[in-house]
Amino acid sequence: MASLTQTVDRGTGTMDVTAVARSSRRPGTWRACRALLRRDFVLAWRRRGELFLPLLYAVIVTALFPFALGPEPELLGRIAGGVLLVIVVLAMLPALEAMFRADLEDGTLEQWLLAPQPLALLALTRVIAHWITTVLPLIVVMPLLGALLDLPMKVLPILIVTLLLATPLIALLGAVLSALAAGARRSGILLALMLLPLVVPVVIFAAGAIAAAQSGMPYLAPLTWLAAALVLAIVLAPLACAAALRIAVES
Amino acid sequence: MLRNGQAGVVGERAWKWGRVPEHPGFRNMSRSYVPHFIHWLGSPPNFYRFAGNVRPWLMAAALVCAVIGLYGGLVLAPPDYQQGDAYRIIFIHVPSAWMSLFIYAAMAIAGLVALVWRVKLAEVIAMECAPIGAAFTLITLLTGSLWGKPMWGTWWTWGARLTSELVLFFLYLGVIGLYNAFEDRRRGARAASLLALVGIVNLPIVHYSVVWWNTLHQGSTVNLFGHSSIAPSMLWPLLVMALATHLYFFASILGRARTGLLSLESGKQWVRQLVTDTSR
Repeated sequence: MASLTQTVDRGTGTMDVTAVARSSRRPGTWRACRALLRRDFVLAWRRRGELFLPLLYAVIVTALFPFALGPEPELLGRIAGGVLLVIVVLAMLPALEAMFRADLEDGTLEQWLLAPQPLALLALTRVIAHWITTVLPLIVVMPLLGALLDLPMKVLPILIVTLLLATPLIALLGAVLSALAAGARRSGILLALMLLPLVVPVVIFAAGAIAAAQSGMPYLAPLTWLAAALVLAIVLAPLACAAALRIAVES
Repeated sequence: MLRNGQAGVVGERAWKWGRVPEHPGFRNMSRSYVPHFIHWLGSPPNFYRFAGNVRPWLMAAALVCAVIGLYGGLVLAPPDYQQGDAYRIIFIHVPSAWMSLFIYAAMAIAGLVALVWRVKLAEVIAMECAPIGAAFTLITLLTGSLWGKPMWGTWWTWGARLTSELVLFFLYLGVIGLYNAFEDRRRGARAASLLALVGIVNLPIVHYSVVWWNTLHQGSTVNLFGHSSIAPSMLWPLLVMALATHLYFFASILGRARTGLLSLESGKQWVRQLVTDTSR
């Protein structure tokens, strides 16, 4: 309980710390997750300038493509789906690297390990908060980016659904690698190198769905594969993430 | 079963009774059994000596097998009815491809042992597997590329097997990179071992997703437990080469693990002893 109080206190400074301290029972699992989510949202809000960086990156890269390939709408429209998918994956990378680093440096992760709640669940909560704060804005601006690349209007909903399934999957896989790399000295390009093999199947199925939708073919099969993989990852990735966090914290 | 206090009991109890625990030793194998031998081998000084004794024999056997296999493959085996002499690159390409997967499996198993039982030797072996496996993967990719140019008319295609092999190469590079990014080598070894385990779950997924995506590579022609569609005169050099690469791998991993242990244990008594013994 003391650990939770400390965590909440450091994160916000504004939360009702005494309410947690007053209750005689230890905080339940649901309550701990809610406190963690709230702390992450408040931290993200305090540094809201950083939230726009991935968006800015995505817009810049998208704007470069027409200059590199020529402005013909047919060509741009044909490649737009795949290009936007790759841009989203790349825009996710810098934020993924920082998922656990700050918490490792200031000792929050040690409190996580000491907390009575399962570490895997706390890690899953962190991934959810991370996805909402850094990836969801990217998906929200997808119509704008699609318009820049002349993405056909009928493909846009499929692209968004695909991203809604694929990005949480990538965030979960990335969380495992981010936890592994958190204890390392430098991990900039290393995370990309480690993430590439894990992301290949996700990109294949996501691009398969988009390409099928673009050519008017049934696109449900790759989407259901993605959904199945997401369900599997929600169960397994937090466990691997917890194991990686234990390695990162011990010294 | 051994009784308490007898040789081989290295537990807390033997220690409490004031007896110095004594290893069963390699020569007492007749009294002991396999787990005891593995336990004995897990101790770095014992492994260091054992590996030093075994390695030259393995290396010599690997060389003999490689000479026989290459002679059989490059001289004795007939040219292929379709590909002529160009097919002969399989005597390098296919054993390397097998090794790239075999070494990954070995690395993952050693990594699992390192993570679960925290055996220092297993950490060293898992981490020393990675460069050898990466080298075999690179050889596979390069020879495949050389073979693809005359056969398919291109250096590289995004076929299923080629792509899986490339992904395997990146997995190896990731393990090596993560291991070297840590200052504490034992922590780095454990993190990289976990990455290797994640990779072994990922590898079949990558393979089947890439098969679904695109396929051009010729099917497998060697089937150990059934009918192979390769002529026996071409098959035996291939299997001898596979044996040679396995022997080379074991010799190489023993040598690498020896040096790895030496640098990891450089402050320990047995290494000091070793240095003073050899410098005298």
